[in-house]
Amino acid sequence: MSTTSRFRRGTVFLLVATAISFAFSAGAPAQAAAAKCGTVNLADNAWVGYEADLAVVSYIMKNDLGCKVVVKNLSEQVSWQGFPTGQIDAILENWGHEDLAAKYITKQKVAVDLGSTGNKGIIGWYVVPWLAAKYPDITNWKNLNKYASMFKTSESGSQGAFLDGDPSYVTNDAAIIKNLKLNYKVIYTGSEAALITSFRNAEAQKKPMIGYFYEPQWFLAQVPLVHVTLPAWKSGCDANPKTVACDYPPYALNKVASAKFMSSGSPAATLLKNFSWTNADQNSVAKSLAVDKLSDDAAAKIWITAHPAIVKKWLGN
Amino acid sequence: MSATVLAKPKPVQKANVVQKYKMELYLSALSAGFVFFAILLRGIATLPLDTSSLTSFQSWLNSVSDWIGNNQNSNPFFTFFINVIRDSIDAFVTGIQDLISQSIGNNASPLIGWLGIVVLLSFVAYTVANVRIAILVFLGLVSLGLLGFWQESMDTLALTLAAVVLALIIGIPLGICAGLFPRFEKVITPFLDFAQVMPTFVYLTPVTLFFLIGPASATIVTMVYAIPPALRITSVALHEVPWSSVEAAVSMGSTRIQALRKVQLPQAKRTIVVGINQTIMAALSMVTIAALIDAPGLGKVVVTALESLDIGKSFQAGLGIVILAVLLDRTTTAAASKVDTENSHLVSHKRHRQILLFGGIATLVALLISRIYSWAGNFPGTGLIGSDIARYADDIVNWIQLHFVSVTNAITNGVSYGLINPIQNLLTNSPWFVTGLAFVLLALILGGKKLAIISTLCVLGIVGTGLWSDTMTTLASVLVAATATVAIGIIFGVWIGRSKRADQIMRPMLDAGQVLPAFVYLVPFLGLFGATRFTAIMAAIVYAAPASIKLMADGIAGVPASITEAGIAAGSNKWQMIVKVQLPSARRALALSTNQGIIYVLAMVVVGGLVGAGGLGYLVVAGFTQLNLTGKGLAAGLAIVLLGILLDRITQAAAARSMLERTK
Repeated sequence: MSTTSRFRRGTVFLLVATAISFAFSAGAPAQAAAAKCGTVNLADNAWVGYEADLAVVSYIMKNDLGCKVVVKNLSEQVSWQGFPTGQIDAILENWGHEDLAAKYITKQKVAVDLGSTGNKGIIGWYVVPWLAAKYPDITNWKNLNKYASMFKTSESGSQGAFLDGDPSYVTNDAAIIKNLKLNYKVIYTGSEAALITSFRNAEAQKKPMIGYFYEPQWFLAQVPLVHVTLPAWKSGCDANPKTVACDYPPYALNKVASAKFMSSGSPAATLLKNFSWTNADQNSVAKSLAVDKLSDDAAAKIWITAHPAIVKKWLGN
Repeated sequence: MSATVLAKPKPVQKANVVQKYKMELYLSALSAGFVFFAILLRGIATLPLDTSSLTSFQSWLNSVSDWIGNNQNSNPFFTFFINVIRDSIDAFVTGIQDLISQSIGNNASPLIGWLGIVVLLSFVAYTVANVRIAILVFLGLVSLGLLGFWQESMDTLALTLAAVVLALIIGIPLGICAGLFPRFEKVITPFLDFAQVMPTFVYLTPVTLFFLIGPASATIVTMVYAIPPALRITSVALHEVPWSSVEAAVSMGSTRIQALRKVQLPQAKRTIVVGINQTIMAALSMVTIAALIDAPGLGKVVVTALESLDIGKSFQAGLGIVILAVLLDRTTTAAASKVDTENSHLVSHKRHRQILLFGGIATLVALLISRIYSWAGNFPGTGLIGSDIARYADDIVNWIQLHFVSVTNAITNGVSYGLINPIQNLLTNSPWFVTGLAFVLLALILGGKKLAIISTLCVLGIVGTGLWSDTMTTLASVLVAATATVAIGIIFGVWIGRSKRADQIMRPMLDAGQVLPAFVYLVPFLGLFGATRFTAIMAAIVYAAPASIKLMADGIAGVPASITEAGIAAGSNKWQMIVKVQLPSARRALALSTNQGIIYVLAMVVVGGLVGAGGLGYLVVAGFTQLNLTGKGLAAGLAIVLLGILLDRITQAAAARSMLERTK
């Protein structure tokens, strides 16, 4: 074969050239990146909805604006810490976090609120679908005590078990249960993986389960959990975390970016400011990622090809 | 050097039989007394604290961490000192990454492509170990590429190497100091305990405050965990060198430094290599945790796969970590035994030199080819076997879940209602002073006054963190997990210690249990056992039992042949042999495996918090993720350390006791 002979001839040459080649390669010039955009550092928080935003935004940044996108896997709090040091340019889906906003936007002025992502965040109490079908009145909090004994597990003593997930998510559940005098005990599962697995098993095995969950979330496409209504949220009813006895407020999910980055004139800044889509949009990309197991770029490409007008609007000034 | 440095070890005290019976009496009286008072006074002074409430100590910790966050940019200490450290570590790590994992400049591949790395590392394995290890390294590295994670594996390797090199640069000199100066060892031991038992989650956020998000933080987090084994084992290695040989050298006119260099270090070399091995294992076990602050590599794949509960993919990446661990472990272990038999090569010197020459040339050629041809630079294909492995893992887990879930549910409920709940109720409902006093008395009986004082400080410290009740919740699960770990350690340890074949079969599984990231098996476990304390206990056993088994097997295998032969001559059957001869002779190993079992279980408390165990583990995780709970997370980490020191010292004292009885 021709490759074999090429090897043999090459070998001698290669041996001689070792040192030279290494010396040169170390100083190789960097790829000529599109000077217009430069590098964008995006935080990647650990839930699939966020991943969907990230997939689409970074795909457009790379392919339409010629940016170099650096994605950093971080928890929410650590992502905010990246603003003052210039290590994070944007967080694409922020859920509340008033304390962090006060610290970094209001006080240190290193971050700016870029407005809504267009996604409506709903936090609340959910039961597995089979349960809501069998006991339709269970979706009203007033009837929860009637069914409490059904939710008893080895972890909850004599009370019903109420499952909470990742501790970084905003929760008032323990206080709500106490103040509404519900006969339940909060079980801190400690992670989203544990919470989703619990819901999935409960539905598969037709076991009762109630817990904290949120929308938009890809898992709801697999197991459509049913929302339980709590006393309606009114402004201020959750001001004191000890006395809260009402539902969670609707969350307008927003984008947060580094102040320095926004004033840099990068075209990526415009894209970040304009980026906005619906829950259905996000869910479709999230499903491609989590259920169909596509790569970020493949999932983003499908959505972008189907929605050229929206992308054009984002890119326009 | 003066004679004060040449302090001799203290003579061992002897216990007598009468004391032994007395002690057993004390211990039974203590447990009876504890249970009686715990039930009699139940519900009094149990010191509970709501999950979202803070004590003033915890709020104070909050304000400390705030202050640091606000001053890191203005304070010259941070801007100068910390920045210098950060920049040099960053440069070091990215240098290694450019070499083996990250594409540089306009080349699509790193400086050394995959073919170059495979041949180079196989060659290195041959020179430090032997041909068999070299073949193993070759096959292992190629399989990493076939898994589809070549670059990720090399990123993990780069970060691990950087952390290990730095950990050894710091750990070995300090370990030598600790080996030479007992006083220094005494001072540094609590810090080592702290570094090993303090959950990483506690300092993950502060580290990124100081060293920013990036390779430096990931390396430092890994180093904190990897330095203690390097330091400890180096110190032990020096202690093991017979004192007479040092004295002989000094009496013949060597200075103390010469004696160290010419006598102690060469003799301690083999054990120091064992320390290097443990340092590598410790560093690898941090791969997924470091991924939480953006460390590149296989850990990141595991963490991302977990988002969508992709069991197959997380297993695929976890397997990559196990392969890396096995390669590094076998190479360093073989290197250690080669140090022992330096002059007795398997192959003749001439042959050896020929292989070296040939290997050297082949390595150079491979390096160059990997630089020039892109097929040798970037691993071709997207993983031949990776997706198959992921799919099989998925299928197997689904099948088990479908068919065994009623059995596993029954087990979970049986153990929870029958064992965990009663123990937890006893501990959490007992007044703190009753339980605390029980600990102090236990320490007094087993270890004397000094240990009693240490225990008192630990108990009061835990009360001071404001998390007594949560500590008791955690203690209940830790006790169950540790008991199971020790039982498994004895059963499998005896089996493996008695049979070479069992050892060969089990060893890879034990290695996998130690380094496979817990995140990989947590999701299947959650599927089988739910979000319960039992799941946390199972995860702890998977991680802790291998260490217990290995130590126990080592002890059984180390029972002198003269003793077992005497047992055979006396007509013992297999069972009598184990119970009457081997186990009592391996008492020291049993004690050590119990102690390490407990420490390893404690290391998993935080992971337990991620799967529904609540207690201190959950609080640590919550502190990591919520600004206003940072102080509480710190306090919870502190409580875990105090609990760890308490259990460690008490089991060590019990171990020392049983050894004294044996010498009797």
